[in-house]
Amino acid sequence: MLELRKAMNRIFPLILILCLYAIHAEADKIILKPGQSIQAAVDRSAAGDTLIFSPGTYQASAVTIRKPLSLIGNNHPVMDGENKGNIFLVASENVLIRGLKFIRTGKSNMDDSAAIKFFDSKNCTVENNILVDTFFGLHFSNSSNLTIRNNKVNASASREFEVGNGIHLWKCKDSLIEKNEVSGHRDGIYLEFVTNTLAKENFIQGNMRYGLHFMFSHDNTYLKNTFKRNGAGVAVMYTKNVTMQENRFEENWGSSAYGILLKDISDSKVIGNVFLKNTVGIYMEGSSRIDFKENTFKENGWALKLMASCDQNLFQANNFTRNTFDISTNGNLVLNQLKENYWDKYEGYDLNRDRIGDVPYRPINLYSVIVEKIPASVMLWRSFLVTLLDRMEKILPTMTPDEMIDHSPKMRPYDFGT
Amino acid sequence: MFKLLKYALYDILKSRFAIIYTVFLALVAISIYQVSDDLSKVSLSLMNIMILFIPLISAVFATTHFYNNLEFIELMLAQPVKRIHVFLSQLLAVVIMLSLSILLGFGLPMMLWGADSSLLTLLVVGVVLSSVFAGFAFLASVLTRDKAKAIGISLALWIYFSLVYDGLVLYIIYSFADYPLEKATLALVMLNPVDLGRILMLMQLDISALMGYTGAFFQQFFSSGSGILIATFALVIWMLVPNYLATRVFRKRDF
Repeated sequence: MLELRKAMNRIFPLILILCLYAIHAEADKIILKPGQSIQAAVDRSAAGDTLIFSPGTYQASAVTIRKPLSLIGNNHPVMDGENKGNIFLVASENVLIRGLKFIRTGKSNMDDSAAIKFFDSKNCTVENNILVDTFFGLHFSNSSNLTIRNNKVNASASREFEVGNGIHLWKCKDSLIEKNEVSGHRDGIYLEFVTNTLAKENFIQGNMRYGLHFMFSHDNTYLKNTFKRNGAGVAVMYTKNVTMQENRFEENWGSSAYGILLKDISDSKVIGNVFLKNTVGIYMEGSSRIDFKENTFKENGWALKLMASCDQNLFQANNFTRNTFDISTNGNLVLNQLKENYWDKYEGYDLNRDRIGDVPYRPINLYSVIVEKIPASVMLWRSFLVTLLDRMEKILPTMTPDEMIDHSPKMRPYDFGT
Repeated sequence: MFKLLKYALYDILKSRFAIIYTVFLALVAISIYQVSDDLSKVSLSLMNIMILFIPLISAVFATTHFYNNLEFIELMLAQPVKRIHVFLSQLLAVVIMLSLSILLGFGLPMMLWGADSSLLTLLVVGVVLSSVFAGFAFLASVLTRDKAKAIGISLALWIYFSLVYDGLVLYIIYSFADYPLEKATLALVMLNPVDLGRILMLMQLDISALMGYTGAFFQQFFSSGSGILIATFALVIWMLVPNYLATRVFRKRDF
């Protein structure tokens, strides 16, 4: 009996290895050369096969993949869509697409032409691809467990309606969007009904409309992304449980550009972000229970536009430096809390040396209230009269909301190492 | 005329005031250049100072200068020269001196540390404001016989254009807030040289993006050909009208 068991112990790993070998033997490597039909190769291959693309240019239009495959490019072979519809269509599990270059999709809003379009897929990975002048870049719908990593997505349309979104997810979940570079598209990253997803270290620059645009996308985390010089900055709506941490929102400058626009966002955290040189750092309306901590607001037109429809938000330990206006609002009702922030315009003193100013700071100046009420009065901006009025209001506040006040302003800026 | 202007200029350029004024402007410009790190901040700070002080100094200096030279003027009037030439030489000398001070005081630091279009606009606006307020000051001087009264009138005009007028504008905008006011505010801007100078400056800076819809409307107006033409025309009118009025009064005045 003991002998038998010993024998079994020896044989079992052997069987295991044999099994593995059998599986491995089944997963063929198919090498494609330029000129060959990709669709034919896909149809011929079995589930689990790997298609390796030799360098060169392939004509590819509406290549449909319905089984687990790995498509791997050797030295970024070019998939040329020849301005006709989608290039790849995927509806399967375990598809890997790596190291390919996609150019020239169709340009149509009827079918949302994309370089790669995923439907009802699971566990798929798209990485190290280069997309040039595609209408939509990567388009995912009703999929889960996606990994989108290290792709360079670049379009060069001159007008907003001539191009789609760089990375577009609709009704997806449990995904990772990491280290991608998106530029020149309509929206850099567009998420709708996307949950439990992490977007990390992406670099989204120079898109026509928004760098990041999401709606109804709960429980997502955005970490260390950079959104720079996008047409209207970042706009996010109708979502709860968002975490935004250590992102940079830079140089979104223009008459309707925002570092970030928050509309109906609740129960979220905005921590350690940098808002630099935006017309408006954060614009928020209808948003509740958001913690803003350790953010840096620097050289913005308005650091914050906090509408009276926001409540129970907390602004704690942020740095406000060299903004034209720190905060503006549109009503007298203030249901938010400001505390322990550093304001460079603070002129108070600190007698007991606890590094907290002894007089509270009012971050709203009179003129920004007037402009919010009567936009035409902006013509008096930087006139002597306005300076005088602001001075008077600082001494005897009458028009600015009483509650918009930081009772514990810091004397020195925080060092966030940014 | 030319000879008169030459002597008036000699006289005024040698005065202590011309030197102090130029040095003051230069010091202001240098210190702002030292503190600010980019050009748009420099022009913004210089603009704040210019809009307030240049009209004030121009007005006060031109008035005192007229009264200090009253005896010389009276002497000249006894000579066989044209009345208008006597007056114009004094006026032009003051305007040239004030403009030179700005061009040197602000211009030299700009040549040292660089300038952009907004700073060049600043120089032009400075020269225009100087001549407008020198004109007002001469008008005030020829209207009364009392130096204190003339300075009072000049100061009142300065306060009116840099403070009271804006207050009125704010009141008008406030009262008619329900109406589209873009064109009306544009017209109101034209009616005040200080405001016009300020808006022209702001339009040069990228900070104008903060000015919302009205700002965009102004931007469109002041960057169109006809807009620039109208603005320039308005500034020229502002330069000519007070000077012309002063000349007319002077011609009929009994010394």
